[in-house]
Amino acid sequence: MDILTLFIVIPAVTMLGIALTKNSNQARWVAAGGMILQLINAIRLIFSYLALRNAGDKSEMLFRKSYMWFETMNIQYAIGVDGISVAMIGLTSIVVVAGIFASWEMKDLHKEFFISLILLATGVFGFFICIDMFTMFLFYEIAVIPMYLLIGIWGSGPKEYSAMKLTLMLMGGSALLLIGVFGIYYKSADISGHYTWNILELSKGHIPVEWQRFLFPFTFVGFGVLGALFPFHTWSPDGHSSAPTAVSMLHAGVLMKLGGYGCFRIAMFLLPEGANEMGWIFIILTTISVVYGALGAIQQTDLKYINAYSSVSHCGLVLFAVLMANKTAMNGAIIQMISHGLMTAIFFALIGMIYGRTHTRIIGEMGGLMKIMPFLAVVYVIAGLASLGLPGLSGFVAEMTIFIGAFQHADIFHRVVTITVTTSIVITAVYILRVVGILLLGPVRNDHFLELKDARWFEKTSLVMLLLAIAGIGLAPLWLSNMIGDSLVPIIQKITVFVH
Amino acid sequence: MNFSDFFLMRHEIVLTIIALIILVCEIFTHDDKKHPIMILALVLFGLHTVFGFAATNTGELFGGSFRNTQMTLLMKNILNIGILIILFQSFKWLRTPENAIKISEFYIILFSSVLGMYVMISSGDFLMMYLGLETATIPLAGLAAYDRYKEKSAEAGVKLILSSALSSGILLYGISMIYGTTGTFYFPEIAAKWAITPLQVVAFIFFFAGMAFKISIVPFHLWTADVYEGSPISVTGFLSVISKGAAVFILITILFTVFKSMAPMWKEVIWATSVITMTLGNLFAIRQQNLKRFLAFSSIAQAGFIFLGIIAGTQLGMTSVVYFVLIYIFSNLGAFGVVAAIYDVTGKETIDDYNGLYRTNPNLSLMMLVSLFSLAGIPPVAGFFGKFFLFTAAAQGGSYFYYILVLIALLNTVISLYYYLLVVKAMFLNRSENAIAYFKSDWSTKTALLLCLAGIVITGLASPIFSYIQSLSFGL
Repeated sequence: MDILTLFIVIPAVTMLGIALTKNSNQARWVAAGGMILQLINAIRLIFSYLALRNAGDKSEMLFRKSYMWFETMNIQYAIGVDGISVAMIGLTSIVVVAGIFASWEMKDLHKEFFISLILLATGVFGFFICIDMFTMFLFYEIAVIPMYLLIGIWGSGPKEYSAMKLTLMLMGGSALLLIGVFGIYYKSADISGHYTWNILELSKGHIPVEWQRFLFPFTFVGFGVLGALFPFHTWSPDGHSSAPTAVSMLHAGVLMKLGGYGCFRIAMFLLPEGANEMGWIFIILTTISVVYGALGAIQQTDLKYINAYSSVSHCGLVLFAVLMANKTAMNGAIIQMISHGLMTAIFFALIGMIYGRTHTRIIGEMGGLMKIMPFLAVVYVIAGLASLGLPGLSGFVAEMTIFIGAFQHADIFHRVVTITVTTSIVITAVYILRVVGILLLGPVRNDHFLELKDARWFEKTSLVMLLLAIAGIGLAPLWLSNMIGDSLVPIIQKITVFVH
Repeated sequence: MNFSDFFLMRHEIVLTIIALIILVCEIFTHDDKKHPIMILALVLFGLHTVFGFAATNTGELFGGSFRNTQMTLLMKNILNIGILIILFQSFKWLRTPENAIKISEFYIILFSSVLGMYVMISSGDFLMMYLGLETATIPLAGLAAYDRYKEKSAEAGVKLILSSALSSGILLYGISMIYGTTGTFYFPEIAAKWAITPLQVVAFIFFFAGMAFKISIVPFHLWTADVYEGSPISVTGFLSVISKGAAVFILITILFTVFKSMAPMWKEVIWATSVITMTLGNLFAIRQQNLKRFLAFSSIAQAGFIFLGIIAGTQLGMTSVVYFVLIYIFSNLGAFGVVAAIYDVTGKETIDDYNGLYRTNPNLSLMMLVSLFSLAGIPPVAGFFGKFFLFTAAAQGGSYFYYILVLIALLNTVISLYYYLLVVKAMFLNRSENAIAYFKSDWSTKTALLLCLAGIVITGLASPIFSYIQSLSFGL
């Protein structure tokens, strides 16, 4: 079994295993075991990938396999990874394991919960390993649907409303995306003489420019809805806040990155002239996302909403960097995807743990948690510092790279938007430090909280995993940056050859 | 005509024999000992379905009136699978005391209607097609009124027969105009002589109206909701998939062969009707509480989607239509199967009654979930592939005309997801004190649902099915 297909087989087998378990303890250990196996496979993939690259293999994608599926339409199960996909797979594996440990105490319909969670993860893994647009779309849709059940059954607050809004908006995005995909498919005959869904074949030529102008907005908006592009981000605050902890972690941490990845892998890569001509509209929209998301976060009093708006802001930064279309900015975009994925996962995990103890998410009702639960509070502070870009943690690496890359464009328009986006550093600092101050420091507002316990072993495992990853990337980013940078070379060649 | 020619009509002859056997058994059994007939009918039809897949020769009979090709054979086999599932699913309903004395009549009327559909699909001229259409439609009115003690059932029967009669009349008027302008009924000859004169355009419109009635296209759909709601659930299932499927099959064949020369004209008609059908079907479905009406409007919207494959006019278009009808049979009968199972035991059929169903009847809820997702077009079940290929076929046209249609269709998919999720919400998300209590279904219902589940799961992933259908299809 090749290493990439394992990423779909392991979750499938885990789901089957969970269906056969008898009680919640067995279910959660099977889920954890399966996903830890997946994490080991991801680490193995990273090492094998780097080994092959160091041995001199310069092909665009490694570990490629393809099986013909629907022959008449040239639909194939075609898989392959490059440095970027490998990094994203690594991110997903860590977040999924952390999410399972964060949901250790799930009791209500626990089997169905873990099965839905792992089904969600399967869709994400499938999306990252496939390079055939049909199969990518198939896995993309698989990743959307369990969300409805996960939020609607196990969520809190206005969960039915949030679940329905999220599902319908994301499906709406994929509907728009499908138009773009069809357009690319039917124009692919101009490139290779026959219709193809394969991204690598499609990238060898280019689609007629008039069609690119029509298809680029559809594709970019289609993926952008998932990547929280303003004004299609409105599903995000309610969706993340109503979702149960692990689901928020997975969704904000990984699924929103599907949007960014898709924008970059399909919209920018296959439609570069369209991106060049129409990109400015989306640059403006993403700038608004970044600043508006951050400003929105300042206003909120509910911890989950603060984090949700923060995610809108950071994911907007990813899309912004992707649109900059140069190597540094795109490198920064990918690192930001990973960094933010880990950070938001850790935030949602912490919020879930705090809520599980205090039963409130309003920061004004809590205070002085540093004295009561020091472990959780310290982790929160570290995560907060990562989010606002403290050097030594991953957030700094990502944001610095993005701003340097964006600044490389010398024209007024790009400079103005770059400066606007840079202000988000300050605004992020405001809301992060404000929360830290009110929530963790200061007097204890509610005496009942004095009896609360600190983190338990499974919560500590979940948090430490993510923290180590954040710190690791912050202190030693070059291996990741080089892995991504090497894979970006052919992509940038394609984008800039036709652009400048 | 010699003996081997009879095998060209194998499906029709076997079905007639089966109907006659049941008729004879009916005469010789006592009123309260009719149950063996059910098993007999099931076994005979099951054998007919299985042996239907054996190869036959292609050819024409009666001077070209009856054509047997591999494609018509495939279409009949697809309908057979659906009918077999309906037979399994109707088992429990037929065993109720009110139906005890009219069990065999159900089978005889059903098989007569199916016979009409076979003839309609294999027709080579308009006369045979009309004969088949009438044979298919008239018995359905009797079936729709089968629940003698329910007013709604009688209403359904009357509505069906009256509106069918009117639309058949209009269809016949169109056919008479076709004959008047071309001097022949046979499809190939008409195609050769078709000059697109104004009278012929009117003839086409009347023909289309008659067929659109059968497929429940807006604005010829007004009978659908009331008839589906009033009929017994097995009959509703039959109407929604088999009757509709047969009409779609013959419509696409005639559009691609007889009216080939006026393709740009009928493409515009299909564009417009497809858009209104999808939109209106979806918008009305949102408001429905009764599950049978709900599924009726969802069927109307699905018919709008099917038209997307027809508008393509290509081989891929016809393939996607036939493929989608197959998948639609499984998905829709799965949904109706669950509704039937619950109705037969509890008599409840509104969405509110389904609140909290997952906690009490998890398997039924999951079956309903899978069927609804297949209807909505969510991967990895077959409905996704069916819808995706329909859209792919429509987008093949390449111009904005087609892309706008695909965009409208995609947006309608999102709307349809909303109302399908309403049922999912009721079953999985909502809690209720008086949720429907746990019950075990009997073997026939379980078989029907398992067949549907197998179909939904396998048909999408197994590409040989699609390739086989494509090998038999043809374009404009």
